[in-house]
Amino acid sequence: MSEQQKDHTENNKENHTVGIAVSWGLVGIPLAYGLVETVRRAANLFVG
Amino acid sequence: MLDFLSRERIVARPGYSRWLIPPAALAVHLSIGQVYATSVYKSALVQHFDTSLTRVGFVFSLAIVMLGLSAALFGTWVDRNGPRAAMVVAAVFWSSGFLVAALGISSDQLWLVYLGYGVLGGIGLGIGYISPVSTLIKWFPDRPGLATGMAIMGFGGGAMVASPLSGRLMALYDSGYDSSDPGSVASGGAVAALFVTLGLVYLGFMLFGALIVRVPADDWAPEGYDPSEKKQNKMVTDASVSANTAIRTPQFWLLWTVLFCNVTAGIGILEQASPMIQDFFREGGSSTVSAAAAGGFVGVLSICNMAGRFVWSSTSDKIGRKPTYMVYLGVGVALYLALALGGSTSIVLFVALAGIIISFYGGGFATVPAYLRDLFGTYQVGAIHGRLLTAWSAAGVAGPLIINAFLDAQGEPGKLVSGDYRPALLTMVGVLVVGFLANLAIRPVDEKYHEPESEKKEADA
Repeated sequence: MSEQQKDHTENNKENHTVGIAVSWGLVGIPLAYGLVETVRRAANLFVG
Repeated sequence: MLDFLSRERIVARPGYSRWLIPPAALAVHLSIGQVYATSVYKSALVQHFDTSLTRVGFVFSLAIVMLGLSAALFGTWVDRNGPRAAMVVAAVFWSSGFLVAALGISSDQLWLVYLGYGVLGGIGLGIGYISPVSTLIKWFPDRPGLATGMAIMGFGGGAMVASPLSGRLMALYDSGYDSSDPGSVASGGAVAALFVTLGLVYLGFMLFGALIVRVPADDWAPEGYDPSEKKQNKMVTDASVSANTAIRTPQFWLLWTVLFCNVTAGIGILEQASPMIQDFFREGGSSTVSAAAAGGFVGVLSICNMAGRFVWSSTSDKIGRKPTYMVYLGVGVALYLALALGGSTSIVLFVALAGIIISFYGGGFATVPAYLRDLFGTYQVGAIHGRLLTAWSAAGVAGPLIINAFLDAQGEPGKLVSGDYRPALLTMVGVLVVGFLANLAIRPVDEKYHEPESEKKEADA
């Protein structure tokens, strides 16, 4: 593999790491919100 | 512009990370999962249209029926045009469904709510549900259960997000409404504003999924993946069966029966969860379980439903699809029996039994695309999955019908005792036994149904 190709692959990996973090964050945050709200609701079963 | 949506334009370049695909699928499934969060504004619509709960409830039943029909009708189109086109079309239908329904609420026209949320939204649901499935299976040939489990978990999670969010938004649009007070009812205007908000938010979210989704190149395989390992399992084929041929095989209809039975049995509990736990622990007319605690029980079931989709579907990659359904249906029989005969002895036992049953219900949805892949190959798995989802629509009608018919004969849910549920629960045991036997009868698809390699290549081209 040439140096240029190596650099390209490295850049690609870096872009993907950021992309993966942003994409999972965008779907993970609402999912976490829903989960927290549901756990709070579910807690009523044990205290109610 | 339309070229931007085509399958050819979204073939991933070498080095593209497959971990960008599950968020794309989740963006769609989290959005369309809202369909199970409708109880938040049902009373508001009943009051606004001055009509019955049955007529308002029909909107959501219609959406689920349309889900099954559109998934069955458009499955082949989805497979041919790729996930981006399918996600965009789903986003437009789902979002316009909300906007048309909002117009119906604002103009006091209930039929517009049927047309919007029920028909247009239902079409968006069906196309959206199957849009990422075949793509995920192709990106994760080594772990298809994990991949589809992640996406279909999002469908369960969508209601968990939409339910509290809708309550808060309606409180924002109607100062007289208190989302924490079960007796408070929002105005029709607040529900219309909520629908407009949700329609626009979901449009953006689903388009984000469409933007990042990619299909793998034909010669792509994950690092270290050895397809010959797959060939050692007789229940996993490397041949291809088309959607039109698949529905002529006994395997398709056996699996249809399996899904139908698993969903029908799960709905039996979900449909009556809140009054059921109160009735099971009723002594001398009053229940030891408060209304708030019963609401908490529904929350526990939502978590089990979502977790089951991911956990059981991922487990099926290790133990195989057929044994996984043996567990869902066989252990399900034992759990349902325990619930019917001994569920009222302890609240902890009741919650544990119901929670595991519902996790099997969720797992059944999430594992079925991988089961289809094993039996029919990846060729038109999305279209075959779409046709199989008619079992869900049928179970959505049969499940509540069975449970309500039995309970109506005993009295009114919320005023019953545990023994009154026994006939309904024992009927569900019978339903699960039928599903268990159907799963037991599933064998590899006969070679006569396989696509000749040349025809498959021509179709791909």
